[in-house]
Amino acid sequence: MDIIWNSLRELITPTTAAYALAAIGLNVHFGFTGLLNFGQAGFVAIGAYGFAISVMTFGFSTPLAIAVTLVLAAGYALLLGVPTLRLRADYLAIVTIAAAEIIRFALNSSAFAKWTGGANGLYNEYSGWLKGSNPYPSGVVTVGPWTFGSNDLWIATVDWLVVLLTAGAIYLLVRSPWGRVLKGIREDEHAMLSLGKNVNLYKLQALVIGGVIGAAAGILYVQPTSVQPFDFATRMTFNMYTMLILGGAATVFGPILGSMIFWVVMRFTDELVNLGVDGGLFDNVTQGSQLRFVLVGVALVLLVVFRPQGILGNRTELSFDAK
Amino acid sequence: MPSKRDPILVADRVHRHFAGVTAVDVDHVEMPRGKITALIGPNGAGKTTFFNLLTGFDKPQTGAWSFEGKPIAGLAPWQVARRGMVRTFQLTKVLGRLTVLENMLLGSKNQRGERLLPFFWRKQERSDSARALEILERFKLGAKAHDYAASLSGGQRKLLEMARAIMNEPSLVMLDEPMAGVNPALTQSLLHHIKDLKNQGMTVLFVEHDMHMVRYVADWVIVMAEGRIIAEGVPGEVLSSTAVVDAYLGAHHDTDLRELVREMEA
Repeated sequence: MDIIWNSLRELITPTTAAYALAAIGLNVHFGFTGLLNFGQAGFVAIGAYGFAISVMTFGFSTPLAIAVTLVLAAGYALLLGVPTLRLRADYLAIVTIAAAEIIRFALNSSAFAKWTGGANGLYNEYSGWLKGSNPYPSGVVTVGPWTFGSNDLWIATVDWLVVLLTAGAIYLLVRSPWGRVLKGIREDEHAMLSLGKNVNLYKLQALVIGGVIGAAAGILYVQPTSVQPFDFATRMTFNMYTMLILGGAATVFGPILGSMIFWVVMRFTDELVNLGVDGGLFDNVTQGSQLRFVLVGVALVLLVVFRPQGILGNRTELSFDAK
Repeated sequence: MPSKRDPILVADRVHRHFAGVTAVDVDHVEMPRGKITALIGPNGAGKTTFFNLLTGFDKPQTGAWSFEGKPIAGLAPWQVARRGMVRTFQLTKVLGRLTVLENMLLGSKNQRGERLLPFFWRKQERSDSARALEILERFKLGAKAHDYAASLSGGQRKLLEMARAIMNEPSLVMLDEPMAGVNPALTQSLLHHIKDLKNQGMTVLFVEHDMHMVRYVADWVIVMAEGRIIAEGVPGEVLSSTAVVDAYLGAHHDTDLRELVREMEA
């Protein structure tokens, strides 16, 4: 039973919330507008480092650091979007994945270690404000079957509040005529041009909004932990795509549900492997963790076969894709 | 060529070539306002390229043209559309994973709700929806309003594209082969809709191959061949002119083959 409860704990952890938020941003790009952003990890990295450096190096207050970080992310989105969005869709994909890797290598390099900490990353000396406002009693807090450290639970509470507020805003946006234009662009840019819609402007707006949400996710992501450059590898972006497909792209709650399922399954397979190691089934954890990804792969294949539209997706909508 | 009274669109010296092959080389052309003009010509005559150039979807090497008296060469396609010149496509472009009604609503212009911070748009949305449903009813798509556009047949897609263009309230509607791949019954209804556009005060330019339909619906005919305009006038005259017949059927279509063979042997 412990395995089950330990896995289900992932439903509400701060990491799940941060990934859900970044996936919501990616959904604005990919799900609603059809923009192929393969570098969402770059936006998340800008969020994490932008916030940490603003606080630790420049001594900004937390609200100012958040504002500076989000403006930085918007600038990065414009930098990537202005030259590429008027080209074919694949150019954005190439540029975003390359830019995200450039950012990661730059943050990892010793050249900027004075600010970024290089390969060591940054110790958490930036979430004092958040932890200082913690209303929960100190020590260990019990929530249902789970126990949390007081600070972790407070961070999780704030994170999920941000996720829900953002999801609400996205809900309103995509049901407005503005959101309808985004979906129209996803379906056919030329048709939208012929109806007088400034397609590039809308694509740029979508890129900035989704990117800023990704950066906000980066701020959340590093609150309970330290900042580690390796976290922002391309795998982070592809995990988010997995979440989108799991939960259902172009739905409001799909990315949130996707992130929850993803982390529960990751944790569950992890626990299974540990059990196998303890029981002598595997020689060591490395051998077992390879099996873990086999299990995750099998789960994904089953999903794509039996529910290709994702958990919340619309099957009728998907059935037209073949045409 | 004589100038027409009050043309809605005037184009001069429009030249487009692709890697040395001349696609469009139009010296001067005018579209009469409030009329249905047919642009005809054999395959490869440059009709669609000319369409793309006029609507901003392609850029010519040289050329100037004005719409409603204002120069519009060099404008982006969406800017051209906002001036009131809306086109359809030879291969229909419906927005498949949106409903028929949503397709229509996207045609409506100056929507408050399409700005980045969409507030106070519901009133306009209601009146737009009412207008959209009324147009759909006219195009016999009313029952389909809440279906995905991807579920429509080829002919229905043509109708939807035309209806969506009307939703934009253009002054010039440009239809690229509206009748291509459409069954005869639907062709009749499309022709009826094209005439209806004129009755509502719009100017229509359409590309077509079928001479009978051109004769039936057009007030003015412009003939293109090898990128140039080789003739224009009222349908009755143009369609019987030798140049046009030659362009379509070849210059030797009524020559005895044996004569040709003798000429070649000599």
